Amino acid sequence: MDVWHFSEMAYHPAWDELGNSLRNVVPSSVYDPKVGADLYHRYLDEWALCDELGINIMVNEHHTTATCATSVCTIPMAILARETKNVRLLCLGMPIANRMDAVRVAEEYAMLDVISRGRLEMGFVKGAPFEVSPANSNPATLMERFWEAHDLILKALSSHDGPFNWEGEHFQYRQVNVWPRPYQTPHPPVWMTVASPGSAMAVGEKGYVMASLNTGYANTPTIFDSYRKGAEASGHVVTKDRFAYLAMVGVGETEEEGRRRASQILDYSRTTPRTAAQFWFPPGYTSNEVTAQKLHNRGPLMIPLRDGGEFEMQTGSVDEFIDAGIAFAGTPDTVFEQICEFNEHVGGLGHLLMMGQGGHLSHEDTVANLTLFSKEVLPRLKGL
Amino acid sequence: MERFDLAEISLDVEVLGTGKPMLYLHPEHYAHLQRPFVEKLAQHWKVYAPRHPGFDGRQPPSDFRRIDDLAYLYLDLLARLESEPVVVLGASFGGWIGMEMAVRDTAKIRALGLIAPLGTKLGGRDDRGFADLSALAEDDAARCLLAGAPLNFGTFTADQLTEVAQDRQYLAYYAWKPYLHNPVLARWLHRITVPTHLMWGDADGFAPPELGRQLTERIPHSQLDLFSDAGHYPQIECLEELMAKLTAGPCAKIGE
Repeated sequence: MDVWHFSEMAYHPAWDELGNSLRNVVPSSVYDPKVGADLYHRYLDEWALCDELGINIMVNEHHTTATCATSVCTIPMAILARETKNVRLLCLGMPIANRMDAVRVAEEYAMLDVISRGRLEMGFVKGAPFEVSPANSNPATLMERFWEAHDLILKALSSHDGPFNWEGEHFQYRQVNVWPRPYQTPHPPVWMTVASPGSAMAVGEKGYVMASLNTGYANTPTIFDSYRKGAEASGHVVTKDRFAYLAMVGVGETEEEGRRRASQILDYSRTTPRTAAQFWFPPGYTSNEVTAQKLHNRGPLMIPLRDGGEFEMQTGSVDEFIDAGIAFAGTPDTVFEQICEFNEHVGGLGHLLMMGQGGHLSHEDTVANLTLFSKEVLPRLKGL
Repeated sequence: MERFDLAEISLDVEVLGTGKPMLYLHPEHYAHLQRPFVEKLAQHWKVYAPRHPGFDGRQPPSDFRRIDDLAYLYLDLLARLESEPVVVLGASFGGWIGMEMAVRDTAKIRALGLIAPLGTKLGGRDDRGFADLSALAEDDAARCLLAGAPLNFGTFTADQLTEVAQDRQYLAYYAWKPYLHNPVLARWLHRITVPTHLMWGDADGFAPPELGRQLTERIPHSQLDLFSDAGHYPQIECLEELMAKLTAGPCAKIGE
């Protein structure tokens, strides 16, 4: 199993002030660029440390939010492509249906791949519903734009004989000719994120690496099974390196220390529901039946437990998140056992996307978390 | 219900009432709340009431996705329907379609009725032409649409709620960006040469009544009636007053 360290570069100093709305409508007057600069450098230092620890690097992007100050995923990755030498670099990812210039995406990814000497992994993501508003992308045609962008970007990265024409429904270019060509052939590996069995099947049909984000103990096996069905139907040999799972990870010298670290990182999950309700269901983004249910009954976001119960995402305890399979926390031995159990439960996992920093977890705690994990847990996971 | 096959679209058209023919183009929201209006219209006209592709629950063809497609579809329908010109009455999104039809061809249109039509943006780039409903909390968005009693989704059936979601989906499908308008429509409004009756709630928080005044300046033979204390759907909030104006206005008078 490979491990990747992920952080959203949160601007947590504004969280208390912003109350129950951390996205979309928050004024940037609450952002202090001097504090933000220190935070950026700190988070980049933590990723750079991963190069020494043997933990791969994952970045993502969100927009108009104090939960994630990475508004352009390729910017931190460009810095890390130069600053690191060994580990692989995953952008998970690029919301290609929300990026109006798909060729520019191909150019950014190609440059990153060359500068990093072929260490780039390319994520293409649908993007969360609240990302529609900042991008002003049409939610009713989001997935058709996603797949057209996907087709165009891959063709742009793998065509080396001069310009080609692309006049599709959503993207029109008459001279597509991306320089530089990527370092890897035909292009860097493709990853996609999923949150449902339906989308997992579509990714399986392509044979890409599928990342299931926080889908937990209850839902993840169904998603993985759906991927396998899609992949096998399309003739792909399914190996465990096709499966990635994102969880919060807190390790410590004691159970208490590991759980405290996980609890601070879990503010990533707890802040997710702090989004104004109207941004959760842009028209056409989800099925009309699901949207219809939420029109009348907007209950809190709930997470299923193993015994069939559930808890509120915004206020869940570390124990509840551990039970749900969303956090792995405790001493190295405990964390290793939890990961092994999850790995077995889902039928084999090739990549653990470890959120090793989140929210208010300090730099010192983050370094200790990553270092202890790399020494005591990572070597044992290599055997899984 | 009659089915028309037009340009690879299967269009279900409800036909009700007797009298001079009218094509009624529905607005974007709350079909069941708009129903009494359609039944009132049928007391005065023979009403052809199609459901727009997509809003009807059927996925439109992949090359049918713009307001132009709806305008040409209904011009094709008019060519098929009657030998004589008809009244075209559209509310909100339907009014936009009506204007798009009329700037193209008025040969089969004898009068145009427009209730708070979307479709034109006459302000500057920093001005919001229409309230951004999807960025507003549900209660605030509802207050933009209805000036009086607030909308209560608790009174909607499951099917009606699904229809709300579907209607929102297809409003976005046709008109997400540019938002609810066609940038080239405004400069061609002088081509609407038929008598035109604009009707607007004076408390419309979605499409401001000022837009109605501006449209009367651009559409040659037009008049505007405002309805007190009504929001974006006066046909829901002051049905009788609106019917009184409509049946005394150009949509009723012409050709009688």
